[in-house]
Amino acid sequence: MNEYHLTSPINDEDLRLLKAGDSVYLTGTVYVARDAAHKRMIETLARGEALPFDIKGQTIYYMGPSPAREGRVIGSAGPTTAGRMDKYTPQLLDLGLKVMIGKGRRSDAVHESMKKNGAVYLAAIGGAGALLSKAITASEVIAYDDLGTEAIRRIEVKDFPAIVVIDITGRDLYQEV
Amino acid sequence: MRQIAAEDISKAIAELCIEANYGLAPDMCSALDKAAEQESSPLGRKVLGQLQENLRIAGEEDIPICQDTGMAVVFAEVGQEVHIDGGWIEDAVNEGVRRGYVDGCLRKSVVGDPLERVNTGDNTPAMIHYSIVPGDKIKLTVAPKGFGSENMSRVFMLKPADGVEGVKEAVLKAVREAGPNACPPMVVGVGIGGTFEKCALLAKKALLREAGSRSELPHIAALEEELLKEVNEIGLGPAGLGGSTTAFALNILTLPTHIAGLPVAVNICCHVNRHASRVL
Repeated sequence: MNEYHLTSPINDEDLRLLKAGDSVYLTGTVYVARDAAHKRMIETLARGEALPFDIKGQTIYYMGPSPAREGRVIGSAGPTTAGRMDKYTPQLLDLGLKVMIGKGRRSDAVHESMKKNGAVYLAAIGGAGALLSKAITASEVIAYDDLGTEAIRRIEVKDFPAIVVIDITGRDLYQEV
Repeated sequence: MRQIAAEDISKAIAELCIEANYGLAPDMCSALDKAAEQESSPLGRKVLGQLQENLRIAGEEDIPICQDTGMAVVFAEVGQEVHIDGGWIEDAVNEGVRRGYVDGCLRKSVVGDPLERVNTGDNTPAMIHYSIVPGDKIKLTVAPKGFGSENMSRVFMLKPADGVEGVKEAVLKAVREAGPNACPPMVVGVGIGGTFEKCALLAKKALLREAGSRSELPHIAALEEELLKEVNEIGLGPAGLGGSTTAFALNILTLPTHIAGLPVAVNICCHVNRHASRVL
């Protein structure tokens, strides 16, 4: 089990390095979206319109933060259960989404689509929202502001800690436990 | 009749919402510290260390322990010799939740209609469970419940012939299926008996009992111990990444039931098992 400090978005060469069980510390740009934003993105695509950001090669963190106190970047900011996004995920992977950060199991359909598209799934520690907020250095709502905590955000992270759960070969750490 | 002002209820509820979301009770903190010492997996120990660090940051820097600051589950035990002055108790509780979640920088996680799904913007309404009790006091408990673990909770309507073995299987099945989704180490609340709805409420109430305490009924205390051991032998571990700490505690509450039934409810809570109480 190796440890990597990587720049986000993670390039294809680095993605190939990652194996289930490795520790990753991400620095760079990450997009944040959860249930309601995913539903709306898929509806947007169904209408033949473009997504609010270019998803190709990008990372989505499944998260809905608590409000930031005055002078702070963000509130508590831990991962939400990824499985709820499974219904929407293969379509986003086909559009070039490469990295997902969340917690919990993924469906068979997501496994297959990840393998086909060369994507990885990272777990952040669920319920460690205060700790993880310290790794977020900037946060901006870029779409769907009306969704409140479920709006799409672009965040900057520094040494954001995660563990590789599903790698590009389809190995799943949860299935080995 | 003792008079209690509706405003005093709102004020207490607001403070309890904030208190519960920024710090855990001593029993949960010591359960975490003990597990961090005893966990067999190195990765599991690392995760538990991060959870200890998370609690420290939440307390020192005023950040909620978890971003899912929950649906506000409220238990109101109302003395029958109390008169509430200046409004309906339900409005007073919801006003308290509104203030607590807005003033306390807590996340607004409630949608007004389960199908139309528009956020209410203030985390109301609370899910309130009333009981009428003897005396002239009101005891309020706020137990914010995150849905990562709530989604993994189950009710099983077993047959009497399934017996205690059936109960054990049901609990272990719920924990296995919850897996990494429920943010282990978990606290497992189990209700046995009653009716469909009472059984689920028992399971929720079981989460409020102190971690490490045992049922006063000897056969239930023994079942708690046995099941907690078996749950930990599943090997799910902290964050579901493997290890010897799958649950910090497993609490069972029981009620009489019908000759034809054996209801079992399993309410799973993550390691952030929050609750705060006050007596007015």
